[in-house]
Amino acid sequence: MERFAEIIAAHAGREGALLPILHDVQAAFGHVPEEAERAIAAALNLSRAEVHGVVSFYHDFHAEADARPVLKLCRAEACQARGVDALAATLPEQNRVKVETVYCLGLCSVGPNAMVGGKVHARLDGAKLAALVESLA
Amino acid sequence: MTVTVRISDDALALACGADEVAAAFAKAGCTVERVSSWGMHWLEPLAEIDGAGYGPLTADDVPAVLAGTSPLGIGPIAEHPFIARQQRFTFARAGKTRPLNLGDYAASGGWAGLRKAHDIGAEATIAEVTASGLRGRGGAGFPAGIKWTTVAKAKAAQKYVVCNADEGDSATFADRMVMEGDPFMLIEGMAIAAYAVGATRGYVYIRSEYPHAIAKMEAAVRACAHIIAPFVLEVRTGAGAYVCGEETSLLNSLEGKRGEVRAKPPLPALEGLFGKPTVVNNVLTLAAVPWILAHGGTAYAAVGFGRSKGTMPIQLAGNVKHGGLFEVGFGITLGELVNEIGGGTASGRPVRAVQVGGPLGAYHPPSDFHLPFDYESFAAADGLIGHAGLTVFDDTADMSAQARFAMEFCAAESCGKCTPCRIGSTRGVELIDRIRARAPRAADAVERLPQTHNARKGARTLAEEITLLEDLCETMKFGSLCALGGFTPYPVLSALRHWPEDFGAALPAEAAE
Ligand SMILES: Cc1cc2nc3c(=O)[nH]c(=O)nc-3n(C[C@H](O)[C@H](O)[C@H](O)COP(=O)(O)O)c2cc1C
Ligand code: SF4
Ligand code: FES
Repeated sequence: MERFAEIIAAHAGREGALLPILHDVQAAFGHVPEEAERAIAAALNLSRAEVHGVVSFYHDFHAEADARPVLKLCRAEACQARGVDALAATLPEQNRVKVETVYCLGLCSVGPNAMVGGKVHARLDGAKLAALVESLA
Repeated sequence: MTVTVRISDDALALACGADEVAAAFAKAGCTVERVSSWGMHWLEPLAEIDGAGYGPLTADDVPAVLAGTSPLGIGPIAEHPFIARQQRFTFARAGKTRPLNLGDYAASGGWAGLRKAHDIGAEATIAEVTASGLRGRGGAGFPAGIKWTTVAKAKAAQKYVVCNADEGDSATFADRMVMEGDPFMLIEGMAIAAYAVGATRGYVYIRSEYPHAIAKMEAAVRACAHIIAPFVLEVRTGAGAYVCGEETSLLNSLEGKRGEVRAKPPLPALEGLFGKPTVVNNVLTLAAVPWILAHGGTAYAAVGFGRSKGTMPIQLAGNVKHGGLFEVGFGITLGELVNEIGGGTASGRPVRAVQVGGPLGAYHPPSDFHLPFDYESFAAADGLIGHAGLTVFDDTADMSAQARFAMEFCAAESCGKCTPCRIGSTRGVELIDRIRARAPRAADAVERLPQTHNARKGARTLAEEITLLEDLCETMKFGSLCALGGFTPYPVLSALRHWPEDFGAALPAEAAE
């Protein structure tokens, strides 16, 4: 609870503070817990439904906790043209790493590409991708 | 004397291993300077020593480079045909300066445009931009001068300048390269816009998929806050929604709302961020402005083709041998871009299709290669140039799969405000799935009833399913509020039109039905 209040206070007085607050909550907790939604709603004079509506609209925010590391694999057209679909098919069945789809990382001339945390990886092939997943698991 | 090695620190170079290469040079006793990327992506990580280039490097290649025995040398970078053929206005500093170094920026002509704007006054500044013929680079191609004039004339206590850095289109990375490679230029362009229209606050809305660009822009804004004052600029991070690149949706997102598209009018120029007059421009539009002010609008307009003035940073991506950023005056043909500049496919197989303009752009067959790259020529060929991203596909591409993906993308990213986009895209996926499976929809229980008069009897044929897909596309085109639903038909219909064989349309089974 205190942590929520701190995050909210850090953005006090900012125009359109909701997204920056949600980003910080998501970063701190890995998801946006229900209590955070309530605290934010109270602080910004919104209904909880409004806050939840925003959380559910954006792909970056998650209402449910999931502690697994995330690998974001680009499945957009330029990476498709460089074989990402075949590459994705080589991914071993595993549950320890959450493989998410993203539409474009802006590295479209050197795909297939992925992002883990803030780190980007280009020119992936089966071995590199497997090693990347392995390094996270 | 130690050797100075210049290596890019932009996200693409890093993704290709630039940090490891830089560390290896440093370990070998070299002075390493981290600069912006030249845009020759197939050569990244690219190292420059005394003007000569070496790439693509790994740390293991470093000793040979320093010994002068590396086979990866490409000679003087500035004379490389990929660079020499360009007309670099926006990317004039690419590869040459350290992105966050204010001294490098000022020494390479930085702030000259802003000074000029202050010298000639707000009205004359807008006149220069109008004279340049600069059109919005975010896709719609709306003249920047007209937009600025509207905001300048609006009366309000608070006005805003918003930079659209959402760059969600596949095959586009020019915005990212500006923000990571030359952030002060974008800030200067925004400061000029703010001065011209009388805005005191600005936002750069950057997609969350670009953490490197966000970090660089934040650092750059801090470093030059005193230079652009009283204009106050802030960086905001998106949250993974493609539709937030649409300007009204972006404004909603900045306000802390769901990124739903707003109906126009009112125009953002009159009622934009928080209901106040707002300039919303793309990164490349704003980044072109310092050059225009420094060199004059007429000098900019002297380059280009027809009503498409100036240069366009074109992004070559996908299955292309020489992928990267190529800035040139409008009018170069699609074929020159793909075959000569891009060198054809990376796989060495024949080109089958080129998607121009991101996920909402049409797929063009090689028979369109004569098209000059400009807004009007592509519109006339049922396409669009969008943000000037080109995705090359070789002959292994399955065009009905690409059409399906376009619908799937629209379904995943729809803001949900209007029915043709929200529902139509999902139905479109199902329809294309049936077409691809050669399994036309069977008659349902109602259609099988003897007493219904209007409902068709029996199953649809494949040809009827394809007609239905065309109808659905028409509905999306004309019934959608914004270009997400409205333009998704471009990739779908172009795939259907140019590669009907991938949809089974010309199969013998169809003729037998
Ligand atoms: C679905 C959709 C996504 C868009 N994405 C972007 C984008 O990522 N960047 C951008 O500058 N414009 C994008 N646009 C265009 C903007 O709505 C708007 O035209 C542009 O920001 C205006 O700036 P400009 O005149 O400088 O191009 C998008 C439009 C639509 C309909
Ligand atoms: S076309 Fe789609 S994205 Fe655009 S306003 Fe309608 S539902 Fe939203
Ligand atoms: S399409 Fe994959 S990084 Fe752009």
